[in-house]
This record gives sequence, structure tokens and C-alpha cells, in this order.
Amino acid sequence: MKTIYFDNNATTKMDEQVLEEMKPLFCELYGNPSSMHTFGGQIGRRISKARAQVAALLGCEPGEIIFTSGGTESDNAAIKGTLAALPNRRKVITTRVEHPAVLAVCRELENHGYMVVELNVDKLGRLDMAELEEQLDENTALVTIMYANNETGVIFPAEEIAALAAEKGVIFHTDAVQAVGKIPLDLKHSNIDMLSLSGHKLHGPKGVGVLFVRKGTRLSPFMLGGHQEAGKRAGTENVPGIVGLGKACELAQKNIKEENERVKKLRDKLEQAILEKCPDCRLNGDKDNRLPNTSNISFEYIEGEAILLMLDQYGICASSGSACTSGSLEPSHVLRAMGVPFTAAHGSIRFSLSRYNTGEEVNFVIYKIPAIINRLRELSPFVVK
Amino acid sequence: MWEYTDKLKDHFFNPRNVGEIKEPDGIGEVGSLACGDALRLTFKLDKNGKIQDAKFKTFGCASAIATSSVLTELIKGKTLEEAAKVTNKDIADYLGGLPEQKMHCSVMGREALEAAIENYRTGGKKKHELEGKVICTCFGVTENEIERVIRENDLTTVEEVTNYCKAGGGCGGCRGEIEKIIEKIQGDREKEKQIAVPQKATTLTNIQKIQLIQQTINEQIRPALRAHGGNIELIDVEGNKVIVAFRGMCAQCKLAEFTMKDVVEARLREFVSKDLFVEEDKESAQQPHNHMT
Ligand SMILES: Cc1ncc(COP(=O)(O)O)c(C=O)c1O
Repeated sequence: MKTIYFDNNATTKMDEQVLEEMKPLFCELYGNPSSMHTFGGQIGRRISKARAQVAALLGCEPGEIIFTSGGTESDNAAIKGTLAALPNRRKVITTRVEHPAVLAVCRELENHGYMVVELNVDKLGRLDMAELEEQLDENTALVTIMYANNETGVIFPAEEIAALAAEKGVIFHTDAVQAVGKIPLDLKHSNIDMLSLSGHKLHGPKGVGVLFVRKGTRLSPFMLGGHQEAGKRAGTENVPGIVGLGKACELAQKNIKEENERVKKLRDKLEQAILEKCPDCRLNGDKDNRLPNTSNISFEYIEGEAILLMLDQYGICASSGSACTSGSLEPSHVLRAMGVPFTAAHGSIRFSLSRYNTGEEVNFVIYKIPAIINRLRELSPFVVK
Repeated sequence: MWEYTDKLKDHFFNPRNVGEIKEPDGIGEVGSLACGDALRLTFKLDKNGKIQDAKFKTFGCASAIATSSVLTELIKGKTLEEAAKVTNKDIADYLGGLPEQKMHCSVMGREALEAAIENYRTGGKKKHELEGKVICTCFGVTENEIERVIRENDLTTVEEVTNYCKAGGGCGGCRGEIEKIIEKIQGDREKEKQIAVPQKATTLTNIQKIQLIQQTINEQIRPALRAHGGNIELIDVEGNKVIVAFRGMCAQCKLAEFTMKDVVEARLREFVSKDLFVEEDKESAQQPHNHMT
């Protein structure tokens, strides 16, 4: 059975060209870039090249790139590192819809005496900017707000937030794990102080990421040890991962416009067809301000895990904000923050596309979905005929 | 991805006895849309008092649907006395086991069956009602129900209780109480604690007391408030007076008084000291707060 992969916000297929770039670094060029000999030392050039490739995609200086083990580490390092560098400020502003890599860190801070403000979003998942402005004060050490939401694809006005924070002299970090490669960035002309990205979300390898730290931003190192990454992140570099991530960024930069337009067309077709063909379903999130690849749809009266399993029978991969899929008992915190009714949250399905998806795949899913939804509704005690 | 047995998948993809019996002898409804699963069971008796037919309708995940399907298969042909003996374990065993976190689906099956039998016995008048004190407010689970799953399935940890009946799986604010129920049932049996419950000490130094108050707020109180969009901050402790500030929803909430008295004070008295009383820090209550839109 052919796999139809519509779960690209979870992770993506690595590009073959990325693999080619990484290959020699396992068994041939396996030296340690910190070594004194030429064999190891030459690896440093590969890392520099990757750093330049990432910087080109972000529109920043190579010296502002720190390689990490992924999005989660970048988020942790940004938040904890900023607070450690600013011991006199005790307040952090974030949102209720962040990825756990940010939200769990912030909630833990509360147990250490920090005041954490989680900004609300409206029904469409949009941020309350007035509330942000109200909350920004001299006690605020950090604003950490995601660029684009992984569940709904809703994009926050990161530049506006950055400008507000800068005005009040507050550091702004953004988790751009879902945005990089899908939204063009130009950090040179931006007020964003720190930005996280992750390799495996843009057709690069897993277990490698980046924290962009604007020159002059105060940040205490999160990982202590050797002097790698200019002392900002100790530990022998994940060389193949870094080189692969560099290549993935280069490819993303090359194709970003053309690719996203194509993906958006596929997504829109899928979404419109589902909303038309299935009664009692609704789109979650701000339709106009969204990542081009993401569609989050709620099917009333039925449960997400059951839908996913039915899809899985046909090789179709997607995700759900239902409680049952996560191992927790409550549905997605993002949908709940948006005030999506429980009925709809339990039956939410996220489709997230990528450059590897085709019109044929979209047609197949459009063809299969209505029957699956009908079948489960026939089982549901909440559907009255 | 869950590890589901082939038998479970079979009952999910090909559920038996789907639907609703017209003019049933018994009808049992449990769960709700909010909880993420719900089951409506109907049955009809033959003239010998045996279950002639049983049908179900289920909203829920694959294991909820499969356990419902199995339930109807298990009870068909049984008298009500025989059917009443079906346990959640029987349902799970029939499927060749369920993932631990899905055990509550089998419990839901058993509950629906009980509700349906009770509905029959009371002449279709009485609806199944919750009995006993509600411990888990997120999922509406009572003390009786928690005690029952612990006894029937020999549970020893809060995590297991959550897997079997959902209690403690929402905001987590009732985990301390669940722990106590387990302790009560397990009696003096020594066991590893999964979740640290602050121990009440008889004499505390001031610093110990403040630490214990902070710990109780962090573990026992904040999660419950957070579930409703609120938050709490410990401002100061003066003797037995604990001054706190409510943030977010709680700060504006008309129920703030109620929340404070009933939740915070009760928890602090339970876990720290009987003599404590709580006051709200008025100054910080005036501060800007998060509002729901
Ligand atoms: C918005 C967001 N932040 C952070 C992460 C975590 O990234 P990683 O998997 O690289 O640790 C993810 C991925 O799941 C994400 O979607």
C-alpha cells in the first residue's frame, strides 16, 4: 500500500540531496572539528558552510547561528538562557497555544517564583495584541511567542510583537519551527532577538536545530562543557546533522516561493472539498493568516483517533487534536484555548502537506473521507437520524 | 500509535450489534461529548428473561468502539444476573488486552451495562446517577467509582486509576485525594509513592511551613485553577495567614471567594496545617489580568 503522507507538521521526508550531502561525514570525514590535525580540522569548514546556508535562509549573520539538537533544545536554551542572564526580571509573557517545548518550560518557571502570563487567543486563534501591550513592563524579562502554530497553522504577527517588545526594551524569542521554510524571513531587518528552528520540519535530518541569537543579545549558555559554538553550546557537533540542515536550508531558500504556492493550491483543494462534502464539519483557525500547508478540520460527533485509524487503513497519515491520540485525556490545549467546543475538539484532524504531495493524493483523500466520516457517524449516539 | 490486538481492530473495523433497539427493556447511557467518549446501550429480553438482543452506539476512539461491540456480544443470551457479573476485565480479556491508557474504555462498557440493568429494574424511570462524592471534577468521577476500579483491578498508583476511570487525568488537582483513597484501600501496605504528596508534619519551622505551602500550591492547587484559565501566586505568609493573589480568570471570577475558601484553604489545611487561613492580596487583584474572549 502506498503511503499518503499528510502529516508534515509532525515531521517531513528528508530530501535525497540532503542525504547525499551528509553521507561522507559518517565513515569518511569522521574527524572531530575541534582536533588539531588537518583530518579533523577540515570538518570545521563544512560546519561553516552550513552556518552560512542557514544564515542565508534567515537573512542574518552566520555568527548569529547556534546549532542545537532541535527545536526543543533551542526553545529551552532561549528561555532559560535569557532568564539566567537577566536575574532581576521575573516575568515571562507567552501564549496559551505554544508548543510544549515552550509552554512546559514556562509553567515550570512558575514553580520557581516567576510570574508567567499566558496570552489568550480569540476564536480564530489570533493573538490579543492589546493584552500583550498591557502586560509588557519593566519586570518582563522575555516575550516568547511562536511564529506559526503547529496545530492550526495560524501565523502570529511576529514582527509587530517584536517591535512592541523592542520599544519596551524586552527580549523577544519566537519559536519558528513551523514557519521556517514556509514563510520568508529577513532577520537583518527585524526586531526579533531570538528564533528557534528544527531540521526535521523542513526536509532536513532529525535531532538538529538552530537557535538564532541576535548579536549583542545577552544569553547564558544552557549546555556547559567544551568551547564549541563559540562557547554558547557545548558538546561535539552533530556534524552530519548540521551539514544536512545547511543543505535543507539552501533547498528551502531556493524553492520557497514556487513550492509554497503549489502546496497551498493542494491544501485549498483538499480543504474545500472536505468542507463541502462532509456535513457538520468546521475549519479551525484563521483562514486568511495561515501556513500554506496546514488545514485543521473538526468533524462533529465523532472522535479523532477513530478517524485516524480508518484513514490509516488506506495508508493516509494525518494527526488529531483528540484526547485519545495523545495519551492524555484532554483534547488539544490549542483548540481549547480558541474556545473550540469539546465536541469539535475531540473530532479534529490536522492535514499538513509538503512539496512531496501530489494532486492525485489529494484526490484520493477527498474520495475516501466522506465514507469514513459517515461510517463513524452511524456509530455515534449523538447523531440523530 | 497504540498497540492494538487484531481482535480489537476487528471489532473496530467490523463492529457487531451497532444501533438502537426500538422499545428496549433497558437503556444505559454513560459518558459525554466533553469527556471524549460516550456509549448508549439498549437491550431486549426474551420471555425467559434472557438478553435476546443488545445494541450499542458509541462516540469514542477505536478501543471505545471495540469494547462496546464486545460488550454486546458478551451479554447476549445471558440472564440479567449473569450479565451483571461481566467485569471490565472480562471485556478487556476478550479483546486480548487493551493498552493501559485505554482501560477506561472497558470500564465505560461495564458502567453502561449496569446503568441499563438498573434502568430495567426501576421500570425505565430512574436514570443512572452519580453516587457519592465527586473527586475528579474534570471527568465527574466519584469516590465510589474510584474505589471500585481500585478494588476490582488491584490498582496501586494514581496513574493506573487515571487509566482505568480517567480520574486525575484532567487538571490533576485531585491526584492527592486519589492517592489517599488508594492508601485507604491498600491499608498499611507499604508502597512506592508515584506522586509525592506533601506530608503533614506536626511541628514546622516557619521556613518549612512556607515551603510546604508553596509546594502544596504548586502541586495541589495551581493545576486545578489552571484548568479553568486561572492561576495563583503566593504573596506572603504572616503567621497562619496565607496571602495569595489570583491571576487570569480567577482574579475576575465571581466565584473567586468560593474558589479561595473551598479549594485553596481546604487544601492548605489538609496538607499543611489546620490553623491556616487564606486572604486575597487586594492590591494585586487590581492588576491587569487575562480575560477570556
Ligand atoms: C512549534 C514547534 N516547536 C517545537 C517543536 C519541537 O521541535 P523538535 O522536534 O526539533 O524538538 C515542534 C515540533 O514538534 C514544533 O512544532
